[in-house]
Amino acid sequence: MSARDNILAKLRAGATHTTAPAPLNPDAAIAEHYASLPRTPKEQLAQEFAEKITAWHAEVHRVPRGQWVDKLKEVVAAKGIRNLLYAPATTHGRALEAAGIQGLKPYDRPIDEWKQALFENVDAAITGTRGAIAETGTMIVWPDASEPRTMSLVPPIHIALVDEDSVVPTLYDAIVQQKWTDGLPTNALLVTGPSKTADIQQTLAYGAHGPKELVVLLLTGEAL
Amino acid sequence: MSHTTQNTHTLQFVPGAEFKRRAAEVVANPFLRKSFRGAMDFLMAKRAAQFPDPELLERQRSLAEHIRRYSLSRLPQLLEQLEANLVKNGVKVHWAETPDEANAIILDICRRHDTKLMVKGKSMVSEEVELNHAMHDAGIDALESDMGEYIVQLAGEKPSHIIMPAIHKTKQQIAELFAEKVPGVSYTEDVDALIQIGRDVLRKKFMEAEVGLSGVNFAVAETGTLCLVENEGNGRMCTTVPNVHIAITGIEKVVEKLEHVVPLYGLLTRSATGQAITTYFNVITGPRRAGEKDGPQEMHLVLVDNGRTQAFADEQMRQTLQCIRCGACMNHCPVYTRIGGHAYGTTYPGPIGEIISPHMMGLAATHVLPGASTLCGACGEVCPVKIPIPDLLIRLREEATHDAKPGHAPLVGQGAGKTAFASLAYKGFAFLYSRPALYRLFAWTATRFRFLTPAKQAGWTDSRTPLKPAAKSLRDLLAERRR
Ligand code: SF4
Repeated sequence: MSARDNILAKLRAGATHTTAPAPLNPDAAIAEHYASLPRTPKEQLAQEFAEKITAWHAEVHRVPRGQWVDKLKEVVAAKGIRNLLYAPATTHGRALEAAGIQGLKPYDRPIDEWKQALFENVDAAITGTRGAIAETGTMIVWPDASEPRTMSLVPPIHIALVDEDSVVPTLYDAIVQQKWTDGLPTNALLVTGPSKTADIQQTLAYGAHGPKELVVLLLTGEAL
Repeated sequence: MSHTTQNTHTLQFVPGAEFKRRAAEVVANPFLRKSFRGAMDFLMAKRAAQFPDPELLERQRSLAEHIRRYSLSRLPQLLEQLEANLVKNGVKVHWAETPDEANAIILDICRRHDTKLMVKGKSMVSEEVELNHAMHDAGIDALESDMGEYIVQLAGEKPSHIIMPAIHKTKQQIAELFAEKVPGVSYTEDVDALIQIGRDVLRKKFMEAEVGLSGVNFAVAETGTLCLVENEGNGRMCTTVPNVHIAITGIEKVVEKLEHVVPLYGLLTRSATGQAITTYFNVITGPRRAGEKDGPQEMHLVLVDNGRTQAFADEQMRQTLQCIRCGACMNHCPVYTRIGGHAYGTTYPGPIGEIISPHMMGLAATHVLPGASTLCGACGEVCPVKIPIPDLLIRLREEATHDAKPGHAPLVGQGAGKTAFASLAYKGFAFLYSRPALYRLFAWTATRFRFLTPAKQAGWTDSRTPLKPAAKSLRDLLAERRR
């Protein structure tokens, strides 16, 4: 018998040594639990998200939807970002190209062809998000073929676009409302601030392995 | 880069043997005492701040317990469902009954990819099977990339805490270690500078490594998804940058649905370090798909038994497998706080280690561990999935000193803590106490001749004051009062 068969056979035999009734499926209990918690009103969700993620050491700029590229230019200048990685096949990527930002660098080939340059010669990357979570100040990053996962990981500065209308109260709401299980990407991510560690004498330090800085452009106002 | 893995042979897990000596050593070391006391006070305060409403906490714990119990009640089905969905997602699934099997599977994958360097995210199961040791023997560098694990590996030690591996070290010690072991680094106590040193060393390694290894916090059966919880981003590096990603986990980590993970994740980070959430929650559903520009080309999951099926086979001890490895039980344990993680000699120290290690390593090697508890109950009270740890400690003490009950399969190492003298003493005790006339005679003699009790009493006086009968028995005292 294989290890697999042995393990499963032992578990099946073990499962018969049970006197307590089998626990019910917890779906309803979980839904009830989250329904019972106090809800932040819809119009305050974006504010709560902004406050929480700021407390996690992110830099948040509220910016009217139509003007985010200008704000981005300011950020790029203020931080001395010489080259900015972006995803050319996305809506925001095309907007960037049209705006003529200096040092734009498209993520247009597999990592295997330029791993070292990605690690050593990119100052910052900008990505979209699938939404955000108010309760914990968390962004939902949803990488795909056009916007690869290393963009929010390798460059020292990560700039993210979050639409204020996409902020939901909790992670549970996000999974249910956005129907995550219908089509998960290879690597969905929750990101709550820049990379950090407290492994040396419980002293907090930022920029452990991932981005040292996280900049959030929170898009506000009427949907375009 | 051999400097990173030298000494991995010097400290292997040595459960049980000389536990008392190691514990006494730490108790006598004021620096370690201070490190652990300070760190545990800090973690306890941070956790408490996350749970201001005891009634809400109780509801959260009950829900988490419910989810874990439900998952375990369907464990074999969920594992099969997980496997089927992972395979559908392009992940290769392997099963290992023993640490050796797990290491052989991983070694085989590494060899097929001509691996010289493996970068590792934090994985307690990889510690449990002593993977680094096996890789080293095969000439493969297995480099820890979690900052705490990196420090501990550089020092040739083992983690002393499951969440904060280098909690026993001061920043001065880490500064000295880096200055001595990392080429081109001079002494600095600045924590930001120390982290930057680690970052620079490890970033090169992420680029170089052929294989990345990670643990798993939750495996989701319905979608074939692996969830990883971390703050640093090294877990993401290990699962994203190298060409091959190998995940390793215990068979108990599976839940049915992604929604079931949410309450568990919320309690895990709050119980562990008092954080409402970690920086990253990494939800992996397969290797790089066609058209994608990054991610590993190949992905594996190794499911490890290593004694978990033994715990599963007993309804009471099955609760051990509810554990989500938050470490709160050790943070709140008065024994752990005083003796630290290394004294236990096992991968998992503290209360969770005392109840899980006997299944992994057998009672012969671990029978003293369930005794390393005051049974104060703190561990059971803080456990986010409500494992009745004190009850399980008592149960294991019993199993360690007795033969298996009729109809029960003996545990590995059943009765290993039994001594002929103790058995005899208990038998004598039972004989005496079930015969009133004999007992009265005994009490009369013992109280009259109490000056004859010896100062040394077999094992009892090794760490306790001698037993001495009272001047008068309770029966005599009561009789006097009635007079
Ligand atoms: S036994 Fe409970 S408290 Fe201890 S690590 Fe496991 S889940 Fe946390």
